[in-house]
Amino acid sequence: MSDTTTAPKSFQEIILRLQNYWAAKGCAVLQPYDMEVGAGTFHPATTLRSLGTQPWAAAYVQPSRRPTDGRYGENPNRLQHYYQYQVLIKPSPPDLQELYLGSLEAIGIDMALHDIRFVEDDWESPTLGAWGLGWEVWCDGMEVSQFTYFQQVGGHDCHPVSGELTYGLERLAMYVLGVDHVMAMPFNDPQTPIALTYGDVFKQTEEEYARWNFDMADTDVLLRHFDEAETHCREILDAPHDDPKTGKRIVMVHPAYDQCIKASHLFNLLDARGVISVTERQAYIGRVRALAKLCADAFVQTAAGGWQPEGAA
Amino acid sequence: MPDLLIELFSEEIPARMQRRAGEDLKKLMTDGLVEAGLTYASAAAFSTPRRLTLTVEGVLAASPATVEERKGPRADAPGKAIEGFLRGAGLTRDQVEARDTPKGAVLFARIEKPGRPAAEIIGEVLDKTIRGFPWPKSMRWGAGSLRWVRPLQSILCILSDEAGAQVVPLDVDGLVAGDRTRGHRFMAPDAFSVVSFEDYTAKLKRAYVVLDPAERADAIWHEATNMAFANGLEVVEDAGLLAEVAGLVEWPVVLMGRIADDFLDLPPEVLQTSMKEHQKFFSVRNPKTGRIERFITVANRETADNGATILAGNEKVLSARLADAKFFWENDLRVAKAGMEPWLEQLKNVTFHAKLGTQAERIDRIAALARELAPMVGADADQTERAARLAKADLSSEMVYEFPELQGLMGRYYIDALGEGAAVAAAAEEHYSPLGPSDGVPTAPVSVAVALADKIDTLTGFWAIDEKPTGSKDPFALRRAALGLIRIVVENEQELKFVPVFFSAYATLLGRSVGKREAINAAELVSAAQLIGDPELVKRIRDETDSLSDEYVKEIADRSFHFTEEKTEALGTFLHDRLKVYLRDQGIWHDIIDACIAMEGNDDLTLLAKRARALLEVLKTEDGENLIQGFKRANNILTQAQEVDGVEYSYGADVKFAETDEERALFAALDQAEGQIEPALQQQDFATAMTALAGLRGPIDAFFEAVMINTENATVRRNRLNLLSRITKLCTSVADLTRIEG
Repeated sequence: MSDTTTAPKSFQEIILRLQNYWAAKGCAVLQPYDMEVGAGTFHPATTLRSLGTQPWAAAYVQPSRRPTDGRYGENPNRLQHYYQYQVLIKPSPPDLQELYLGSLEAIGIDMALHDIRFVEDDWESPTLGAWGLGWEVWCDGMEVSQFTYFQQVGGHDCHPVSGELTYGLERLAMYVLGVDHVMAMPFNDPQTPIALTYGDVFKQTEEEYARWNFDMADTDVLLRHFDEAETHCREILDAPHDDPKTGKRIVMVHPAYDQCIKASHLFNLLDARGVISVTERQAYIGRVRALAKLCADAFVQTAAGGWQPEGAA
Repeated sequence: MPDLLIELFSEEIPARMQRRAGEDLKKLMTDGLVEAGLTYASAAAFSTPRRLTLTVEGVLAASPATVEERKGPRADAPGKAIEGFLRGAGLTRDQVEARDTPKGAVLFARIEKPGRPAAEIIGEVLDKTIRGFPWPKSMRWGAGSLRWVRPLQSILCILSDEAGAQVVPLDVDGLVAGDRTRGHRFMAPDAFSVVSFEDYTAKLKRAYVVLDPAERADAIWHEATNMAFANGLEVVEDAGLLAEVAGLVEWPVVLMGRIADDFLDLPPEVLQTSMKEHQKFFSVRNPKTGRIERFITVANRETADNGATILAGNEKVLSARLADAKFFWENDLRVAKAGMEPWLEQLKNVTFHAKLGTQAERIDRIAALARELAPMVGADADQTERAARLAKADLSSEMVYEFPELQGLMGRYYIDALGEGAAVAAAAEEHYSPLGPSDGVPTAPVSVAVALADKIDTLTGFWAIDEKPTGSKDPFALRRAALGLIRIVVENEQELKFVPVFFSAYATLLGRSVGKREAINAAELVSAAQLIGDPELVKRIRDETDSLSDEYVKEIADRSFHFTEEKTEALGTFLHDRLKVYLRDQGIWHDIIDACIAMEGNDDLTLLAKRARALLEVLKTEDGENLIQGFKRANNILTQAQEVDGVEYSYGADVKFAETDEERALFAALDQAEGQIEPALQQQDFATAMTALAGLRGPIDAFFEAVMINTENATVRRNRLNLLSRITKLCTSVADLTRIEG
């Protein structure tokens, strides 16, 4: 267990402290989803698990990709690949704000010296057909987290309501560690024999991906993959619920949702390549949203989504 | 009489909703109480980020008892009727009275409703208020179904008098009302109980909460201006920001910070906008240089280091923000100085409206129109076209992408940097004006031409696709565009006929060659047919692209012409309606404007407004008012005579048939007035024309006094009717006085 009375020394220590904190508060500490996503919300542990009636509590780090934000590693704050820390608790507990503030203390933010504020910021994801009300949390004027009570996901009303916390890890860590450029941030303990900065780990990849995202990604291939992902997602969900081989009822929501995630990321790549016009944008977003809705519809037809076979108690 | 105190304590309420929510709480509660018979002496509502509070003083301890008398059926009515009556009244047969009436014995029930204690009523009204609260957006939380703006955490509801405080029993989905609340989230988080409103506000203040938003705003403004003044600086006023900031804190602590030197040469509007939008900072200006040099931020707590950590954090965040702004500014300047081509190119991909094309197409139309308008408003045509082409280029700039509210203003800076000259640069900012009724209109000729072209393109375009404002819906702000057009023309006294201008605009929109009947371009024909809204025609042209016959060309040309006529007429009516609203605000009544609109040349708005003002002035005089009566009398007699006789009396009044002095005097007066009015009208000198007209009042009155029109002598009668016709003709040559009411 890391020591929360001293200031953290590195990016990874901040992550570890968050993991320990939320584990101690009863969350299942999950691992990142193994697909390219634009934000931690896309992880099925949030999108799908916020649906239906089953209680849920999970926390995890999610690497997130936003191709348009690439700056070849030169901008002090912008990255096309970054980390979000995500917490989802359903139903939202009455003391979620206090729990959240406790997590800030755990990573070394002294509430007696800093000015923490909850500033209105309603969250909406047009691609996921989701929205919620909440705040962006400010620490001394800087947005350190997003705090949302989910009201609707994939077109479904959330009952019960999930409380979602999203921390932008790099920005938060830079603030706590007093670093001005993300690439200069210590990734591991700077006293350690092989001390690594964030730049040591990611500077080169930022350059590579920025170039590829902006100039190289083959748009014809991307467009084709988008269409394929869309088609396949629908095919998966169209399959009968009863599996002829095992004789079991198996609704393949997660494999279908993977295709939805894929389509969403492909759209982001196409957007970064500048080949999507303003009018087309809405149409593409609508296509991804339609998939997200189908997945949501299917999820509530599964046990994890609260479905019970007829005649069950 | 007891006092009522209610506090609804929740997670943070959006600042912009707090004031309204306080008012709603007060209205819903007090209306509910009064409706249930509980009157009160006074009420006041307050809000902070975490609480809505209502204090109601001098509430009745119980609602007064009421007695209602209800008339029932006759005493000998069938049993069922009597049973129903008794059930409705909640009484038994022996509790109702049979009274003798002219219709026989009839049953009367006396229903007594005892008064109810205040607490019972308050509990019900508050429950209803909470469940039906009109938040602009509300939410559910946890596993419950109650809705509030953010999770509602506790309810304080007490009635207090000399004897002490009593909690009003209430349970809203498990939230049980009590007498406890909490202080500041960080500085005094413990719960405490209160016995009255005074006790509540005093204890809150000790717990670092200033309940009254006005008190918080005053404290912030006072402290901020003092701090700035002590440094020889001044805070840039912003009432909206002040109200918002006061809604973000319960315990305001004002801090002043520095802006790093690197950023001081950014345009002041950029600094101000960035600081306000992103950080909710006030700008602090050096009055000597006009530059923004510092900022004021308002924290929500005191700290042991007097805010040093908080301020350092805020300065750091600001630097990161301004680094972005500076990056945008420098990138933009590079593009601007190189001629803005990439920006204009980008606008080809930006849709203005699906049916009206891209921003680039819109700019082409505006440029063509502005060029045509230039000579009419005294601007150089080349310069005006250039200004119109560049005026919206900044929409592609990074700065405007980040801060849309800086559109136009950034254009001005960037065109200045390009070295296009002040007139072209100013047009970028001014062509959006006037933005509202209190915003000034552009006066520089180039800006006037571009601003007019912009608004005319908007109006003609949306009329073309039938997107007109209806009722309260005006999503494309077309009323504002029309009022802007009217104000620019009238306030600059521009003589501009809008009908030919709208024809030009439609010719551009439909394709210039279409209007000239020379179209051979199928694409242009298709788009014209699409705008005209005939899908069948579109299909026919598409099917025959290869061999478009002259017939199609002619058909499209004819259809385009009719389309233009129809749209121009509809738009003209709309403009006249907006002109009425505009002039009515200046005290000119609609009948006066109608009288002027009915005249020739009514598409010249300046002329219209001038005529209306002159008519108003003359109608304000006694002569003017009486002239109208004389005119109406003349007109009525004439109309009736024409109807009866089936003849039009229009010409040939001759003084030689005059029998009286009054008649001869009227002839003379008309001769004289005509001599004045005609040339005055030619010079659009309406004041002189109207005064000359008003001068006829005496002779006309005297004429009617002395002369009988419908006399036996047919020649004399005809002559007099022809004379009346001269009067009405002369009067209506100035304005259509038949439309004046009263």
